[in-house]
Amino acid sequence: MSAAETTLVEEARARLRLKWLVLRTAIDERLAYRADFAFSTFVRFLPIVTQIFLWVAIFQNDPERQMQGYRFADMVAYYLLAMLARAFSSMPGLSTGIAGSIADGSIRKYLIQPVDMLDHLFWHRVAHKLVYYVVAAGPFALVFWLCRGWFPGWPAWPVTAAFVASLLMGFVIGFLIEAWIGLVAFWFLEVSSLIFIYMMLSYFLSGHMIPLEWLSGWIPGVEWLPFRHLAWTPAAIMLGKIAPDDLPQELAVEFAWIIALLLINRWTFQRGVRRYCSYGG
Amino acid sequence: MAAIEVHDLCRQYKVYRKREGLWGALRGVFRREYEIVSAVRNVSFQIESGEMVAFLGPNGAGKTTTLKLLSGLVVPTSGTATVLGHVPWLRENLYRRRFSLVTGQKEQLWWDLPAQESFRLHQEIYRIPPADYAQRLGQLTELLDVVRLLSRPVRELSLGERMRMELIAALLHRPEVLFLDEPTIGLDVVSQRRVQDFLRTWQQEHGITVILTSHYMKDVEALCRRAVIINAGQVIHDGPLAAILDRFSRHKIVELQFSDNRIPNDLARYGRLLETRAARVRLQVEKQRVSAVLAGILDQHSVDDISVLERPLEDVIAELFVVAGDASKAGGS
Repeated sequence: MSAAETTLVEEARARLRLKWLVLRTAIDERLAYRADFAFSTFVRFLPIVTQIFLWVAIFQNDPERQMQGYRFADMVAYYLLAMLARAFSSMPGLSTGIAGSIADGSIRKYLIQPVDMLDHLFWHRVAHKLVYYVVAAGPFALVFWLCRGWFPGWPAWPVTAAFVASLLMGFVIGFLIEAWIGLVAFWFLEVSSLIFIYMMLSYFLSGHMIPLEWLSGWIPGVEWLPFRHLAWTPAAIMLGKIAPDDLPQELAVEFAWIIALLLINRWTFQRGVRRYCSYGG
Repeated sequence: MAAIEVHDLCRQYKVYRKREGLWGALRGVFRREYEIVSAVRNVSFQIESGEMVAFLGPNGAGKTTTLKLLSGLVVPTSGTATVLGHVPWLRENLYRRRFSLVTGQKEQLWWDLPAQESFRLHQEIYRIPPADYAQRLGQLTELLDVVRLLSRPVRELSLGERMRMELIAALLHRPEVLFLDEPTIGLDVVSQRRVQDFLRTWQQEHGITVILTSHYMKDVEALCRRAVIINAGQVIHDGPLAAILDRFSRHKIVELQFSDNRIPNDLARYGRLLETRAARVRLQVEKQRVSAVLAGILDQHSVDDISVLERPLEDVIAELFVVAGDASKAGGS
């Protein structure tokens, strides 16, 4: 191995060690407030139960009736899978955290230390999610087990693999969208309205509230937006709403969104830092 | 060799000017008015490697903005600066590994974790070899007397303890340049003294270049020989700390101990009476009148003891800021 190659390998190793340590330290930090974390995880399950009751009420006269291709069983299965996808793609506190650190000046530690802020926050968020999954795995498993009768059964392994890939890419897309909203605070210190608009849009356009097929007649082009990968795509893959032959294209589009959002984030960060005023002492 | 070179550095901010009251707020929704504020105006100076320089000035003078420019946190409107040969606002990793910025706020430590976890992260961020890390951490924690606090969550530390931990985080990677922005703000006297002693020892041992801003003249007098005074974004003095007294102090303090525990009642004609205690008096006298005043008092009164002192640096600086502030207001109006 040449000296240059050795240096590159050492550089890659050092970067990986840092990512791993950020992940470990962030997990450590997440566990500092155990009671609050467990309680918030529990509270997040309540809307799932109430939403299922809502669909029971809507379909109670005729569970076999189809609404835009969804029977009652499909609807419950879709909703639970969409919620699972949202558990990956939602990023509570990320935008407000970044915006707050720009407003109060605490972002400066990322600017004076030789670290990549977005990379640092990404691994911080991975830690957040990992701890969440450990705590939420039990309640999620229980809800899925109780509702197992409404699921069509396990699909072929390539579909399952596509589902997992889609969940993971949904996580990255969710991270990049919310990180970008946070970075907008370099221009407008207060971004809470923007976050509210995003939450509202993503609730509809991600398929979190209802399957996207129901909206495509009303909102043209909804299938071309990145929001659908936050909830609809994983659920649709698992329920067979996307033909197996179309899966590679679906995942490729999702990946392309990641690249595009990554570039937008990098550009926004670079431009934002140039106009940063570093308020807060 | 100059470690820091700054030429005609300027930084302006566009600040929203809000009109008073509800009507003003409503007008602001439709039509915003901005004003340009110059935080730093044509600042130039040079700091040699291994120097420890005080940056003095009233609040809003531009000290912190200058440090932010040199740390690469903000980009200047115009002018140039290099620190260790790097342009700070390009924020190259190579540069960021060679300096540290310490402010009086929580900066580098993870709030909910023990400081040792943050230090471990710093080891990876700054790529400090394990043996060096262990040796430096041992030395720093011993010098700052925080060994027993390493495993306590940062949020449970006192302000003084946290500041010492911040200093460790800032120095673990052995920066060649250290920017200290009010490092002792809010600390009690004991903690202030401890931080001062540590900084002096560390700077002498490692020969690092330090810029210190502080409102505590005791910090400045204990640590720096040179001072740069900034007011309204401009450098108004750059030279030895001792020269500030010669240049800006127009008075001296005359302390007198009168015989027979009797204080004469005509002292006001010699100067400003600052303090009287028993038969002891402190007078503020114009520099050029000191000899005449002493001759006059000795001629008229019976005196046991006399001393002539410089005014405290703090008073001179405070007076200087007031004079400079008035001048800048007059110039600006």
